[in-house]
Amino acid sequence: MATRDENGTMTNRYKTSGANRLWRLASNHTATGLAILSTVLVIAPLVAIFIYLLYKGASSLNLAFFTQTPKPVGEPGGGMANAIVGSGLLLAVGSALGVPIGIAAGIFLAEFGRGGKVANAVRFTADVLNGVPSIVMGIAVYALIVLPQKHFSAVSGGIALGIMMIPTITRTTEEMLLMVPHAVREAALGLGVPNWRSVLSITLRTAMPGVITGCMLAFARVAGETAPLLFTAFGNQFWSASLNEPIAALPLQIYVYAISPYDEWHRLAWAGALVLILLIVVSVALVRYVTTRGVLKGAS
Amino acid sequence: MGVGIQVTNLNAWYGTNHALLDINLPIPPNEATALIGPSGCGKSTFVRCLNRMHETNPIARVTGSVRMSDIDIYADVSPVEVRRRIGMVFQRPNPFPTMSIYDNVASGLRLNGFRNRRILDEVVERSLKNAALWEEVKNDLKKKSGASLSGGQQQRLCIARALAVDPEVLLMDEPASALDPVSTAKIEDLIFQLKSQYTIVIVTHNMQQAARVAERTGFFLNGKLVEFDSTHKIFTNPGDKRTEDYITGRFG
Repeated sequence: MATRDENGTMTNRYKTSGANRLWRLASNHTATGLAILSTVLVIAPLVAIFIYLLYKGASSLNLAFFTQTPKPVGEPGGGMANAIVGSGLLLAVGSALGVPIGIAAGIFLAEFGRGGKVANAVRFTADVLNGVPSIVMGIAVYALIVLPQKHFSAVSGGIALGIMMIPTITRTTEEMLLMVPHAVREAALGLGVPNWRSVLSITLRTAMPGVITGCMLAFARVAGETAPLLFTAFGNQFWSASLNEPIAALPLQIYVYAISPYDEWHRLAWAGALVLILLIVVSVALVRYVTTRGVLKGAS
Repeated sequence: MGVGIQVTNLNAWYGTNHALLDINLPIPPNEATALIGPSGCGKSTFVRCLNRMHETNPIARVTGSVRMSDIDIYADVSPVEVRRRIGMVFQRPNPFPTMSIYDNVASGLRLNGFRNRRILDEVVERSLKNAALWEEVKNDLKKKSGASLSGGQQQRLCIARALAVDPEVLLMDEPASALDPVSTAKIEDLIFQLKSQYTIVIVTHNMQQAARVAERTGFFLNGKLVEFDSTHKIFTNPGDKRTEDYITGRFG
């Protein structure tokens, strides 16, 4: 910083050594230290949860856990194979519903409805939907699908999860599309590319990494949801891969086991929680790997 | 081959702002026509009217006629068709950031459904050669992103991308204003070579550039075309006092 001394000539304050320099070094190190501390504080809970789950659940993890269905009370052993498959199926149905609708709505908000009344209404609805408690979502789907059908089903559970994914995906898609520079859209239009084609092949493609992050956030969030499944997928002690029947899910199974009075079941609940987290981490990492494989040198 | 453009009574607005007033201008084929004038005088708006990019702004409006050979681009054809025949290079290099160099050049054809790999290869090579970029990138065509090139290379990539769809006219909106002198010289050389195949309209803030590359020059001021004549006449013996004041640096 340049300042004037008493004679009115310019001097460079950075050249003055001593106390000034010490002060700058001290504040620099303080700021760096605070940043590192904050990072540790963010990571610590995740690491703590993971270690605790390993400690409590790892001992109950064996081949049977992944291959067998739950055993009746009193019988040792048994596993959560049906719940793992059930969770996979529910999330597949949820994603098949939530991802396309969410992305399409995001495209509408960012590209076609921008600033219009319809877009504002859609955006408001998405924000409200995001704030709806998951148990309420469960009751709503129960009333709309389970009651008319007169039975619980995997498909109703998947729909409940899918609806919960929509607002997160819609809003992140919108944000990511709006971050694509205007110049990129102009380049496509200037080449004589129709607008719809430009939106799908250029703008959406440019925003894809962010859009995928939004989808994974939504996926990870609903993967652990229990409440919306209570009245929809309901849970099932036996094998089922039918969309039209009640189906087991990891969070439901964990819930049932964790509130039971049996120690054996408690251990299985811990193991289930560990598997649930691992499945989420693995699927997010997998999607990230697959979608970033083709990225070129220097691509932004 | 390039074709000429006849602009008649062209008016353009942004909302209530009347940006272009009654522009009449013949753009001859296979020549470079330079448009000069101070910032905000309407020259960029004018070139954006020539390929109907102006109307991509929701508050923009145009009246008048722009004829290219025997078609009126505002009446006879769709904007998409117009932009395919009248290519554009923008002020800031804007390659598609997620695409390789090859994909950038091929994008115009591919996005319109063209898939023949052999012909695409040929077009990409020819376009990059025409844009004087081939030698610098031929080994990284599919390995490097268009965004990884230097600014000057990116702009030549954008020129190659525009040439790949084989337009008849090339509009350049201050194509060298974001580039260093060496890259600028390369773009100017390029304009010289491209004239034989395309009609070129170039907007520039740099009057020496206009004098170097263009056969004809138009001077815009406050949304009006003040003077349009051969570049030599504009820079040595302008017919209008305002043109003289501008090119001698008395304002603007």
